[in-house]
Amino acid sequence: MATHAAFMPGTEAKSHGVLWSWITTVDHKRIGILYGTSAFFFFLVGGVEALIMRLQLARPDSTLVGPQAYNELFTMHGTTMVFLAIMPLSASFFNYMIPLMIGARDVAFPRLNALSYWIFLAGALFLNASWLFGVAPDAGWFGYANLTSRQFSPTASIDFWVLGLQILGISSLMAGFNFIVTIINMRAPGMTLMRMPLFVWMSFVTQFLLVLAFPAITVGLILLMFDRFFGTLFYAPAGGGDPLLWQHLFWIFGHPEVYILILPAMGIVSEVLPTFARKPLFGAPVVIYSGIMIGFFGFGVWSHHMFSVGLGPVADSAFSIATMLIAVPTGVKIFNWIGTLWGGTVRFKTPLFFALGFIAMFTMGGLSGIMHASPPVDLQQTDTYFVVAHFHYVLFGGSIFGLFAGIYYWWPKITGRLLDERLGKWHFWLMMLGFNATFFPQHYLGLIGMPRRIYTYAPDLGWYFWNLVSTIGAFVIAVSILVFMVNVVRTQRSGPTAGDDPWDARTLEWSIPSPPPVYNFARVPTVHDRDPFWLQKHGDGHGGKPAGRPAPASAAEIKAIHMPPPSYWPILLGAAFLFMMSGALISIYQVVLGGLLTLYCMFRFALEYHRPPSGGGH
Amino acid sequence: MTTRLPSRPRFATVLLLLTVLVLASACSWVGWDWDTPMSTVMPKSDFGKMTHEIFMLISWWTLGIFILVEGALLYCCWRFRDRPGAPIPKQIHGNTPLEVSWTIAFAVILLIFVIPTIRVIFKTQEAPASTALRVEVVGRQWWWEFRYPGLRITTANELHLPVGQTVAFHLNAPDVIHSFWIPQLGGKRDVVPHRVNQLVMTPDTPGEYPGQCAEYCGMSHANMRFRVVVHPKGEFEQWVKAQQAPPVEPTDALAQQGKTLFAQSACVGCHAISGVSAGVLGPNLNHFGSRKMFAAGLMATTAENLTKWIENPAHMKPGALMPNLGMKGEQSKALAAYLLSLK
Amino acid sequence: MTSHAASHVEHDPNIGITGLDHRKMGMWAFLGSECMFFGSLIGTYLSYKGKSLSGPTPHEILNIPLTSVSAFVLLMSSVLMVLALAAVQRNDMKWAKVWLFSTAMFGAGFVGFQIFEFTHFVNLGLTLRTNLFGSTFFTLTGFHGAHVTGGVIWLLALWALALRGKLGPQDALKVELCGLYWHFVDIVWIAIFTLVYLIP
Repeated sequence: MATHAAFMPGTEAKSHGVLWSWITTVDHKRIGILYGTSAFFFFLVGGVEALIMRLQLARPDSTLVGPQAYNELFTMHGTTMVFLAIMPLSASFFNYMIPLMIGARDVAFPRLNALSYWIFLAGALFLNASWLFGVAPDAGWFGYANLTSRQFSPTASIDFWVLGLQILGISSLMAGFNFIVTIINMRAPGMTLMRMPLFVWMSFVTQFLLVLAFPAITVGLILLMFDRFFGTLFYAPAGGGDPLLWQHLFWIFGHPEVYILILPAMGIVSEVLPTFARKPLFGAPVVIYSGIMIGFFGFGVWSHHMFSVGLGPVADSAFSIATMLIAVPTGVKIFNWIGTLWGGTVRFKTPLFFALGFIAMFTMGGLSGIMHASPPVDLQQTDTYFVVAHFHYVLFGGSIFGLFAGIYYWWPKITGRLLDERLGKWHFWLMMLGFNATFFPQHYLGLIGMPRRIYTYAPDLGWYFWNLVSTIGAFVIAVSILVFMVNVVRTQRSGPTAGDDPWDARTLEWSIPSPPPVYNFARVPTVHDRDPFWLQKHGDGHGGKPAGRPAPASAAEIKAIHMPPPSYWPILLGAAFLFMMSGALISIYQVVLGGLLTLYCMFRFALEYHRPPSGGGH
Repeated sequence: MTTRLPSRPRFATVLLLLTVLVLASACSWVGWDWDTPMSTVMPKSDFGKMTHEIFMLISWWTLGIFILVEGALLYCCWRFRDRPGAPIPKQIHGNTPLEVSWTIAFAVILLIFVIPTIRVIFKTQEAPASTALRVEVVGRQWWWEFRYPGLRITTANELHLPVGQTVAFHLNAPDVIHSFWIPQLGGKRDVVPHRVNQLVMTPDTPGEYPGQCAEYCGMSHANMRFRVVVHPKGEFEQWVKAQQAPPVEPTDALAQQGKTLFAQSACVGCHAISGVSAGVLGPNLNHFGSRKMFAAGLMATTAENLTKWIENPAHMKPGALMPNLGMKGEQSKALAAYLLSLK
Repeated sequence: MTSHAASHVEHDPNIGITGLDHRKMGMWAFLGSECMFFGSLIGTYLSYKGKSLSGPTPHEILNIPLTSVSAFVLLMSSVLMVLALAAVQRNDMKWAKVWLFSTAMFGAGFVGFQIFEFTHFVNLGLTLRTNLFGSTFFTLTGFHGAHVTGGVIWLLALWALALRGKLGPQDALKVELCGLYWHFVDIVWIAIFTLVYLIP
């Protein structure tokens, strides 16, 4: 119910405390900051999990960490990085930047947006609570049946995993509905779909992937939960069930999921490169269509994660061809990014470094991916460190580098201050060095037979030296992150102010103050180009004079802007939902009570603006 | 008009080049040794070689693409870098012929990979000839059982094969999903409950090759290893004869003590030794003493290791399902001696 | 080239640039997602069809005549839903209450049939854990039934609002959203009924 009662912008924190204003916020910018800080925190958690694993693997036959702990670490590292770091970091950019880039004042469903954050936080805390109870999930981030059955995983570890992922899934679905409607329905006048910025486009495709892929894993997890709680036979071989059903359902979700993880970062790179090359994105429509094709065909390749299970030659061939096909739009994007730099005037600021790093590293990950697309070759590579290297090149070298490009690029817009360039470059180079030292040798380790998910290995296999190098590299990455954190702390205290447009950029978000006022745009702009702000400043490059900045809005215009008021129902509904879901591990009474509380909160949420007292609007 | 780089990027460039130099030297000094026990790139079977051919084909092409793409990137960074006073560059939006060309070029390269790929998929999944040696592989947490139904042999954790003969592995698991993998001989195939997967290959080089489970299967997944011995021509039959022969009666006193103890203990509930016990839950112990390693490729078959294992299996192999029967001192030594005697 | 956005402010903030209400678009996005949800459940049912190792088979236990009646009841409820929306739109709140309540009752009737069917099957020896048919049947139809139940609660809430004079033509969209959901749930039942009951 997107009702907008009259609300004076800028008065939020006055009547209650600062904490209350954050808890009840429905401002997409604040929600973006909430997602971003939470995501970074969990990125550090996942990073520590990785460092411990790398310490264990630094030597053969190491006893630093036992198998149970190690198995929990790789499970939680994967689950944390995918669901609690990369996805919410992308979400923080969706939240903050999409309305700004489409010339909107807010998202379509501000309270649903807030709700999706609180439910995300609930899921993240619930999942990590398993550590406190000594039952962290330990069946891998893709939890293959039937290892996850009650028989082979008798503790609550898998229950934490299943329920945690369900909670997180609900959060993602809500966000997906919100942004689909926002992007379709709230663009500024003149902004046709083809005039939308690339980040918005890639995010748009991502939202469709979210709402169509998550139901598959929701069902997969429901079936697993039923097997574990009610004794159904979905994944029970003894009852005729097929463990491969889990793999199909999981990967029907899982493959679109990896595009969910990479497309936003690709979108960021498609914004950063034009700004710092001072040229439009080369082949922008082609890049857009490539993104759409990747999203669409991404639903048709899932069994390339299952080449070793024995699907038969016809299925293997079909999925191999489909996977090779999907490499084409991906490669085309890379060529277009290079085309953007070509003939430009490249300014080497930190965001650009990370965007370049993305292209370089993602290309490498993509090339090893092409190898995996061939089933015979994949039979030697799957489940080895070769594939671990592949996905870290695309997810870290790709997504994380891309997201850092976004962080450094949009930091001045969000905080009003610039991050220090020198520290930024130290961050970049240390991260490049550390990342490559960690993961490049893993290609070699995989090729000489090191399987994945092993807590230790024998000394006579030739795996020792490069495992040690890989471990050292991981610590270099850690140092680079520390450099970033120092940068953040230092510049927040005393960094230079950024101004509206520190980069001489191209899109709408740079035409408003840094940080933006709560209403974003004093006057909603009319858009004539994919790079509307550039057009205003520099003209169209074909001799036409630049239109110039429009006259500023009057105080009366600003006073007439109605922004949605804060609400405590999102956090309350989120808490009730968590109470209900966690009841599955405690008692049926808690589930029932939690269910009733959830229902109650849903009603209050839904009816909050039904027939408001002022009578205006509805 | 000078093209000297400003000092900051120059410092970074120098640092980068130094780093690359150091790493490259380290690499070449240490060497990328490809001839390691579990190497996948020096295949010793027809299956492995067919796979390797495609891998090399793709590797060379992707190396080429890598050099092209990364080179273009670096070139752009150098050639089009910002200079003081540089004007706004020409606002080019795209080039349709270029888009079409590079799309088609890339698709063609991928086609080059697809064709041999499909051919090898079908070739390697063909039904084996009737003369193939049939081996049933049963993967359990966390060890491997190998049965040769045609030869009436059941053994564990050590797989013997004749060189030059096609072997058809029939894979099954009674518990969770595992994956059967002998890297030097070829790719892996998952071992899935209530499903029989098949893997066919012809080893072409005698030797000893480690194998390992390659699908996470629980606590001791890392310890679910096995050994493969590919016999030169004529020697496989000797191994078969020795395996088919009944177990040797122990001659020394300690081993005899061990046999008596074995027959009276819970050992018989899980293990089978012809003429002594018929358990099926644990590895078949016929000719156990002839196996170089035990506990699924974890430890060398020595008296000391065996004694420690018998006294506390889970201590040596976390999560091991073999219970601690409380054997100590003389008891465990005797049992170890008996098992070692089963050559 | 400045834009005069004052017209935006007087606009209904719920209507977007496509002319569609945000909430209606959001409901469609949600229903798209639900297609994948039920699609996965139906896919699971179909992949295990005929694969049960034991126990009552569909042929032995499903009562098609009875279930046809309940399917008809659900289908009729969709007609009642259309009538309810039309009544709200023309501000005929007396009939709106009647039709909203009737839709809810028909829906509840369908759920009642399901509960009867489930308990009957349990008595005949088919439970969630009996065989693959039990697992897939109860899960698929159970989740559908849960969705119908959610819809009934929603309808009763709208009816309660109407009773208290808090529902009128300005709330027609909210009733329409409920209608979209209700029709979707009905269509899913058509698919389930066909694949589970009718096709041997």
